[in-house]
Amino acid sequence: METVVKLDLALFEGLCRLGDSTLVLGHRVSEWCGHAPVLEEDIALANVALDLIGQTQLWLGLAGEVEGRGRDADALAFRRDVWEFRNLLLVERPNGDFGQTLMRQFLFDAWHQPMLKALEGSNDARIAEIAAKAGREVAYHLERSADLVIRLGDGSEESHKRMQTALDTLWPYTGEMMASDATDCALAEAGVMPAPDSIRPQWEALVGEVLGEATLKAPESAYMHKGGKQGTHSEHLGHMLATMQWLQRAYPDAKW
Amino acid sequence: MSGEWPLWEIFIRGQHGLNHRHVGSLHAPDAEMAVKHARDVYTRRNEGVSIWVVPSAAITASSPSEKGPLFEPSNSKVYRHPTFFDIPEDVGKM
Amino acid sequence: MYAQMVKSEATTEDPEKLAAFQARIDAGEKIEPKEWMPEGYRKTLIRQIGQHAHSEIVGQLPEGNWITRAPTLERKAILLAKVQDEAGHGLYLYCAAETLGVSRDELTEALLSGKMKYSSIFNYPTLNWADIGAVGWLVDGAAIMNQVPLQRTSFGPYSRAMIRICKEESFHQRQGYDIMMKMAQGSPEQKAMAQDALNRFWYPSLMMFGPSDKDSVHSAQSMAWKIKINTNDELRQKFVDQTVPQAEYLGLTIPDPELSWNEEKGGYDFSEPDWSEFFEVIKGNGPCNAERMEARQKAWDEGAWFREGLMAHAAKRAARKIAAE
Repeated sequence: METVVKLDLALFEGLCRLGDSTLVLGHRVSEWCGHAPVLEEDIALANVALDLIGQTQLWLGLAGEVEGRGRDADALAFRRDVWEFRNLLLVERPNGDFGQTLMRQFLFDAWHQPMLKALEGSNDARIAEIAAKAGREVAYHLERSADLVIRLGDGSEESHKRMQTALDTLWPYTGEMMASDATDCALAEAGVMPAPDSIRPQWEALVGEVLGEATLKAPESAYMHKGGKQGTHSEHLGHMLATMQWLQRAYPDAKW
Repeated sequence: MSGEWPLWEIFIRGQHGLNHRHVGSLHAPDAEMAVKHARDVYTRRNEGVSIWVVPSAAITASSPSEKGPLFEPSNSKVYRHPTFFDIPEDVGKM
Repeated sequence: MYAQMVKSEATTEDPEKLAAFQARIDAGEKIEPKEWMPEGYRKTLIRQIGQHAHSEIVGQLPEGNWITRAPTLERKAILLAKVQDEAGHGLYLYCAAETLGVSRDELTEALLSGKMKYSSIFNYPTLNWADIGAVGWLVDGAAIMNQVPLQRTSFGPYSRAMIRICKEESFHQRQGYDIMMKMAQGSPEQKAMAQDALNRFWYPSLMMFGPSDKDSVHSAQSMAWKIKINTNDELRQKFVDQTVPQAEYLGLTIPDPELSWNEEKGGYDFSEPDWSEFFEVIKGNGPCNAERMEARQKAWDEGAWFREGLMAHAAKRAARKIAAE
């Protein structure tokens, strides 16, 4: 009995980690709408944001179902506070310049794509199904973000400099994606989700290849921030939630 | 020199195996990116399965003033159209 | 409308050519980019299509203002998809203008320098969530009224862009009305938001059709060229007649005490908007003109390195390809 309950808790956590990361990144990317450097890019970014919001609905919808307390995806997205969010620190980083937005997207996509591939093998059919659908979308996100990182890294002197700065700034937030805690171990043991460190070889190979082509260099420093997956966030997330959740919080009884 | 991205003409083949059809144009730094942009701009509603991109500058168009000489000859070859031939109804569908 | 008050250009070409051109238009033929056209036709079209395109792009901003605050995941996705469509529509229209021998960068610079205009409506703020409903219902409703007839416009690329835009836009007005229904049937606060939104957007929506042009020479020329299909007053009347029953269904009050059904003309009598306000907004004195231009200028300036960086890479790639051959 004990283990079943614990696995359900871990599963809820694991699903929130996936859904909160797509939610927060989708929100960040949507902030560009109407402000991107060129129309074609404005449209492309909105497609990425739309995919991520759609995936959020699926992951958080399932999380609510697993939790069994009557919370749906919207309740989880709009009625939890910062410490209850389980997204990666990387995705709550502010947009910065367009280079930083693209670099953040690439570093995330390079993890997201193999992660979803592994999730397709989950022994929970509901997870495998969502992962298969999301995987098709994310394969394109990765193709696009990797291509843009290469082009801008190996572009003009200024674009190279900006991409290197973006990489240096964001690099310390990448380690968290591949770091395991007790929740991850329980889920991996049960065959529900892959162990995060099992994604590392693919992530490193892909990132190494793209950065090489982009003539960019990963920082030497091995220091990595962590805490997002456990609910310890940067100050940025609170401001994002204050904006995102405002209507639901101000008018809690309203239907939208 | 203007740094503006060149213009591309976009052709998309829809779901039903028809010919690629001109759907519009867009700007992109090169052909590969034009394909990606075309995917994002012109297939937002699941319109296509295959994309061609052509630099707008590479299109050679027939001159509008030649519309007569260019297309008139085919006007007179009515026998190319099936309705030219009267087949008795008794023969059945043909 | 999205291209209000476009002045047509005088034309001084050979009368015989002009007559032949007019005959083609009267016969319902489409004019295509490389064909002969009066200089006035070309210039008027660049101005009109350009203004229409700018309106789509600037029009992203008031609605974009609520993407990060949309109250549910579904509303957020719908709004984002809609604002994205507007970027697409701007893109189609810029491309149509480009077939007339002007580049998108030139048009953008003309917008940013204030040389070209965009629709006055987008200089009004979106202040509560019901504004997003009102923009879809009223602003897109007014836009559709103008764009549907423009599918038959005489210039081929403009007509084709309009056809694509109308097809895509069919969901925009409905999503706006859907929000209005939810708000009007919701809590007292939501209902108040809906009424507030209608109060603020009613007259600016009527202004979208532009001042009366029944005596305008420019308008007559544009109508002869079929780059304008209806008069401003015709469209405005049609819009009011369509919208009043929709407001009644919502249980909202149109902020016009003079509004009444006129049996004789088979339409509503209504108050004119304050045209002095309209001209001030066009001049740059609307509530949000400065913010709108600042946002577009920022996107343009801060995006320069990105656009140039990709061109630099494309040049390198092309050079490598040649070297490898």
